[in-house]
Amino acid sequence: MSTDPPVDPPAAGEEPEPGARRRDLPAALLIGVLTLLLGFAFTVQVRNSDDEQVLAGAREEDLVRIVDEVSSRGVRLREQIADQRSALRQLTSSDSESASALEEARTREASLAVLNGTAPARGPGLRLTIRDPDDELRVTDLLDVVQELRGAGAETMQFDGVRVGLSTAVTGAPGALMIDGRPITAPYEVLVLGSPQDMETALNIPGGVVQAVGGRGGSVEVVQQPELVVDALRPLPDAQYAAPDTDD
Amino acid sequence: MIPILGLVAGVLLGLLLDPTVPLWLQPYLPIGVVAALDAVFGGFRARLDGIFDAKVFVISFVSNVVVAALIVFLGDQLGVGAQLSTAVVVVLGIRIFGNAAAIRRHVFRA
Repeated sequence: MSTDPPVDPPAAGEEPEPGARRRDLPAALLIGVLTLLLGFAFTVQVRNSDDEQVLAGAREEDLVRIVDEVSSRGVRLREQIADQRSALRQLTSSDSESASALEEARTREASLAVLNGTAPARGPGLRLTIRDPDDELRVTDLLDVVQELRGAGAETMQFDGVRVGLSTAVTGAPGALMIDGRPITAPYEVLVLGSPQDMETALNIPGGVVQAVGGRGGSVEVVQQPELVVDALRPLPDAQYAAPDTDD
Repeated sequence: MIPILGLVAGVLLGLLLDPTVPLWLQPYLPIGVVAALDAVFGGFRARLDGIFDAKVFVISFVSNVVVAALIVFLGDQLGVGAQLSTAVVVVLGIRIFGNAAAIRRHVFRA
């Protein structure tokens, strides 16, 4: 092999001129760039093959052990991922659960506040004007009005500026009636929220409120209102004996 | 002098930048390096023989690299890339050996 003819670059037929050692500048530049590229690629390749060389030179048993280790590590990592995923799912679902529970509690609180009379309410309803020129209306007549309205689906009402709630009482003698201890004077103005048609029908049935009031010399004027505001408020009574039963 | 400077600068650059080889280049880079090494050894030998020519060196360098990469590419397309890579490396290795032997005779006169 040592007597091989010269290979590629010293191509036969190239006439080296005497004194041709002075290469021109572009050629020198090209050679410099090419060798620079070679050195660069060489280093990169050596660096790059370092990691692979470790495995390429390993024996079969070592490779099997390495594969074992890697796969068991993969299994462990996958388990970890599953754990984290389920934890994440639990957290997000409990989060949304508590958010929806809070929202439900808010809406219940709002509707309870309307029922109890602790919050102003607005909506369609009736405006009643009950006239009693002879001071003949008794406690039961006013209670009948309230009951009739409630039976017809009234959701909340105020009676001459007094909000009617769960424990509202009508007391006093004809001509000096009181609601929850507050005196009211005729004509009584009742604002009630509910289905206007239903309540008006209920008030006008034969033998009903309108007829009863008329029988005592009074009159009831019923006006349907598409938008009413019931803004008289009741204080929320503190439950002294009853506590919420939280056991589900 | 210029080739040695270029080689040293390239090695330093490679050490400093430490780039990762893109995937498409990975089969061709080692073959290209070996082909370029062959050209460099041939050039060194021609220099010692006194018949160095810059044009020949540049063309042989580039064509060596391109042809080697092309052979490997063809082998990849035909499904015998690994074998053809080995073949190219063997042939280039023999050439490098031959050039190294000629250089050795020049330097050591043996």
